[in-house]
Amino acid sequence: MLRVEGLVAGYGAIEALHGVDLEVAGEETVALVGPNGAGKSTLFGVVSGLLRPWRGRVEFDGQDVTRWSAERRALAGLVLVPEGRRVFAGLSVEENLRLGAYRRARGRCVTDRATEVFDLFPRLLERRGQRAGTLSGGEQQMLAIGRALMGGPRLLLLDEPSLGLAPLAVREVADALARLIHGGVAVALVEQNAAVAFGLASRGYLLDRGEVVTSGPVEQLRDDKRVQAAYLGDTRG
Amino acid sequence: MAELFTGLATGTTYALVGLGIALIFQVTGVINFAQGDFVAVGGLLFAVLREDGFDTPVAAVLSIVLSTAIGILTYALVILPARRAGHDRLMILTIGVSIVLQGAALLVFGADSHFAPPFGPGRPLRFAGITLPSQYAWCAGVTAVVMVLLWLFLTRTPTGTAMRASAMDPDAARLTGISPERMGLLVFALAAGLAAIAGTVLAPLQPPDATIGVALGLKGFTAAVIGGLVSPIGAVAGGLVIGLVETYATGYLSSEYKDTLTFGLLLMVLLIRPGGLVRRGAGVDRV
Repeated sequence: MLRVEGLVAGYGAIEALHGVDLEVAGEETVALVGPNGAGKSTLFGVVSGLLRPWRGRVEFDGQDVTRWSAERRALAGLVLVPEGRRVFAGLSVEENLRLGAYRRARGRCVTDRATEVFDLFPRLLERRGQRAGTLSGGEQQMLAIGRALMGGPRLLLLDEPSLGLAPLAVREVADALARLIHGGVAVALVEQNAAVAFGLASRGYLLDRGEVVTSGPVEQLRDDKRVQAAYLGDTRG
Repeated sequence: MAELFTGLATGTTYALVGLGIALIFQVTGVINFAQGDFVAVGGLLFAVLREDGFDTPVAAVLSIVLSTAIGILTYALVILPARRAGHDRLMILTIGVSIVLQGAALLVFGADSHFAPPFGPGRPLRFAGITLPSQYAWCAGVTAVVMVLLWLFLTRTPTGTAMRASAMDPDAARLTGISPERMGLLVFALAAGLAAIAGTVLAPLQPPDATIGVALGLKGFTAAVIGGLVSPIGAVAGGLVIGLVETYATGYLSSEYKDTLTFGLLLMVLLIRPGGLVRRGAGVDRV
């Protein structure tokens, strides 16, 4: 589904990724773990198309999408739910959701997908007429995920879906994601919360200082000292 | 009393110009100083086509279509290639576009004013003891209809909603498949179309020539700034205020003072509310 090869990228003169290789197969959930500043969000930025890589290649669905714009990738089904949720605060919940299907679905199809999203997040149905900016953090995260689902994504990139949420909201979001994954959507996620990350993913990558340190099945990663250290904020241990 | 109505009616055209400036600023971050020249070109096209014997509706449609094309070309040839340059430089580029449009208008239409007859039959309106040329009613009526249509477009259509989303957060918009560049092109087309409508309804009242654009653009800019540049409704209110200030200045002082007062108003707003100029983000949602 997704193949990243030799990705080098950064901001200004600072190189944040020094040649990253990564792969996500269809119907697979992959977790990216690593300490702050490891380059996880940068990697998602490049994969989603918001950030231009300096070198390397991004392949989606067998096509080289390295030079595609973010909007073209989104329309092709490679959709990022960005860190900080980034819902359109001044638009209603329903308008936000409709935009998720922009140029992809019309009429009945939009209604059907909205029904699925409301099924997954009943709270969004209650608040469909409300401005997105007035929602709680958890609800905004649900809306951001719902908006991404409206387009019928083939691969969902989730950047810190539980960051800054109340414990109860974390559980709600994690449960919904588990249902989604069970339903067969391919997911790659960056997650601070180790329990959430390893609960959802089948495979993982440990990133540190812009490089992949190790990768493998979550059962194996969970016991890896370097992974445990990363979640405690130190990778040298 | 008569001043109230003429003021509001001329104010509607400033409102259309201000609306165009506010919309472009919202969606692209650019302050378009060529907006007044879009009005001048639209008005000139209309007047010249009328002089050539075209009917009012045909001349109006042609003027709007051609002006919209000029708006599209402005974005595609000037703004889009330079969009990474920063908003201040893009603003200077729009001043360049203004000068080019003025020069082109001089070449094509000459330096003289062109005259268009009023839209309807020449009978003036009489009510409540005052008489007004019927064109003022056309001004107000056309502007009102255009604003309702624009509001419906922005709030009720997928493309309009996408435009507002793109104004709020361009990167998040990209992630939902919206191209901010396409929205930029669309908003320039829309603003140029609005300007041509303003130029067309204004032409029978103030015969346009190639140089009216600068003053009109500044008045539209004043209208938009009064609205804090983020609110279409504010821009409309600002346009009406300017129309009233001008008309009362002409009525009670002298027509020589009307521009001075309007631009005095601009300075005052900028001094008291400079935040209106740099603040960006709340979105076109305040329709």
